[in-house]
Order: sequence, then structure tokens, then C-alpha cells
Amino acid sequence: MSCDLDKTQLHAYLDVELDAAGAAHFESHMESCTECQVALAGEEALRRSIAQADLYEPAPAGLRQKIVGQLTADPQGSRRLLAAFGEWRWLALAACLVLAAALGWRMISQRSSRELPDAVVAAVVDAHLRSLQPGHLADVPSSDRHTVKPWFAGRLDFAPPVPDLSGGGFPLMGGRLDVLNGRTVAVLVYGRRAHIVNVFVWKAEMPVSPRRSGQRQGYQWVAWEKGGLSFCAVSDTSADDLQQLMQLFLKD
Amino acid sequence: MLEGEDRARFEATVLPHLDAAFNLARWLLANRADAQDVTQEAVLRAYRFFHTFRTGNSRAWLLQIVRNSCYTWLQKKDQWEDVEELEEASLPVERYSPESLAVASSERKQLADALERLPPAFREVLVLREIEGCSYKEIAAITGRPLGTVMSSLARARSQLRDALVRPSQVEAHREL
Repeated sequence: MSCDLDKTQLHAYLDVELDAAGAAHFESHMESCTECQVALAGEEALRRSIAQADLYEPAPAGLRQKIVGQLTADPQGSRRLLAAFGEWRWLALAACLVLAAALGWRMISQRSSRELPDAVVAAVVDAHLRSLQPGHLADVPSSDRHTVKPWFAGRLDFAPPVPDLSGGGFPLMGGRLDVLNGRTVAVLVYGRRAHIVNVFVWKAEMPVSPRRSGQRQGYQWVAWEKGGLSFCAVSDTSADDLQQLMQLFLKD
Repeated sequence: MLEGEDRARFEATVLPHLDAAFNLARWLLANRADAQDVTQEAVLRAYRFFHTFRTGNSRAWLLQIVRNSCYTWLQKKDQWEDVEELEEASLPVERYSPESLAVASSERKQLADALERLPPAFREVLVLREIEGCSYKEIAAITGRPLGTVMSSLARARSQLRDALVRPSQVEAHREL
């Protein structure tokens, strides 16, 4: 017996694009249709192998600076025509050099300033790994900052900021309490494509240099301070992604 | 100043999607160096036309510009394949075999090669859906195609990708002709 179901339904089901009624209809059809069962298994296998191949290629490190440099060089950019761009090239080059020098200086000066203690980084990465165990990610699973932020009230002696970063590609997934080296801290959980980002927040006591980052056990981390609070974001996503997240927090 | 505000808003809403922009360009052009040039050009174009973007999905807005820049580039490089003609071909009847299920063990390189062999119209829906995680609605907005076409392209793109993975040698042999 051959199946006459429109195969795009199967793909829409796989992609969670069917509404509840459509999904229920497809599921009841599949119960009696071996062809669709095998087909769905095949599509799921293909999807898994694409995910495992990790085909995502983020922008090379220099590209962002190059582009930001050109924005600097072209103050009326949004009004200017493409053809008029040539005359700004030298200025763009100069701006890039200045920016590169500034970044270089910042990196050198960062290296000499106080670092986030290794023990803290180790504790943060351990806590991140714990959070990935089933059921450990969020005490308050919600994408709504107005649900997550009030949840912390009364549980901590500070109020962590809970910015909505969905516009920047970091949808909020929830919050929880965690313990780092014997002290209770707030953790905000954000998504980044298929990755989980944990942002640990605690009351700043020791002066941590405002921007530090690194890698530990294959996980990227970045730490910063704002408004008397220390932040440390950790994830298996790219270092670039975490830098973006930090910028969004600093702007909030 | 308005210019300064515009720029700050651009950096906060559009630049965070630079990775997505580069990733799409890299797969559409199948070349990292070209992808850098085209991404840069597309982001600067987005900046110039930023006053036309008010609110909404900034990722889809940027990716639409990147996608159009990629197609212009491909046309210039004379690598253009007739997308419309491919759209007209009828949907092949899919048959799943143990071989097709064995795809799960494929290496990254095999997958990347297979993906790059697909026509751009199929490659882009796969990249947007499977790598970038876009919804059908976003893909329709980015590619400027009706939702129904997005759905059928995706079904056929997956089928072609599977074929390319299961029979890489056959495709290679065909290419050498």
C-alpha cells in the first residue's frame, strides 16, 4: 500500500511548523503508515547528522572590526550613496589602524590587570556542566523577563538585571539559584541557537578587571562588572557570541 | 545627534547578526574569502538603508540583504544556475532505504561537500533551517518566496542532500563528464 500524504506535511511536522490540529492529524496518520514512520526516521537521522557535523561558520574575528571601522569612517553612511564611498577609503584605513591600535592596547592592559581567580572560573564551569543535567537548567523556566526577575526577589540580597536579549539572538530561557564556592548566586539562562548560555551574577566584592575572558575544559567564559555586580557568562558557543552577549548586557 | 543614535542602534540591532550573515554567505558562495567580501558589502549596504528599517525581525532583514548580495555575486561570477527551471522539476518520489538511514555517521566534510553541490535555492533553505534555525516564515521573508514554495524546496533539498551523501562517487563521476 502506498502513502498518498503530501510529504511537505511530514517536513512541517519535523520542523514543528504544524499547528496542534495538523500535528495530531499527522500523528494519527503515521500510526498506520509504515512509509511515513520510516520517512520521519530518515529525516530525523539526516537532521542529527547535520547537527553533529556542526556546519555553523561564524564570522572571522577581523571582519567585525573591519565593518565597525567603516561605519566610523562613514558618519553619514545611512544617507550616502554607494558610489560616493571611494573617497572615504583612506579615512577608513586610518580608522581601522586607530581601532586596531586601541584594541591592541586594551588587550595588553587587560592582561596586566586582575583576573577572575581560577577557582571562580572552575566553579562557574562546574556549575555550567551541572546545569546541563536533565532538570537542572532552570528553577523558573520562562522566556518572560517579567516572570524571571520577580522570582529572584526575596531569594537573594541583590536584584540581578534580567535583560530581554531576544532581539540580539539570545532568547531568555529562565533563571535559577546556584552555589559558587559556598555563596548563593543568581543564574540567568539564555539560548544561542542550539547552545545554552549560563550568566552567573553575584555581588562584587573583589575587584575583577571589567572585561576578562578565556576557555576552560572546552567552554568559553567571559566576565565583567556592572553596577556593583559581577557577571560571568559560560557556554559552548563561540567566544564571539559571548562578547556580543556581554556588550548587550553592558548596553542594557 | 541623529547620526550617532542611528549608528548605535545599528550596532545594537543589526551587528549582532554578523555571524548569521557570514554563515549564510559562506554556504551560498561556497568560499570563505568571497563570503567575507560579500558580508562586508552587505552589512554596509544595510547601514546605508538602515533608516528604512524601523522595527521587526532584524536578523531576517539583514539576511535578506546578504542573500541578495550573494545572488548578485554569483550572477557576476557566472556561476548562476537557473533556479526557476529547477523549481519546475517534479518532486521525486522518496524511498527510504537502510543506506539512507546510515547517513547519520557521515563526516563533516562529506556533508559540507554534499551541501555545496546542491543548487543555491536548495542550499539556502537548508542553511537557514538546519544551521541558522529560522522558521518557515522567516525563510519566506529572507528568500522572498511564498511559504508553500519554502516548504516544497525544503522537502526536496533534504531529499537531494541525502542522495548526494549516499552516492557521492556517482555525483563526482557525473561532474567530471
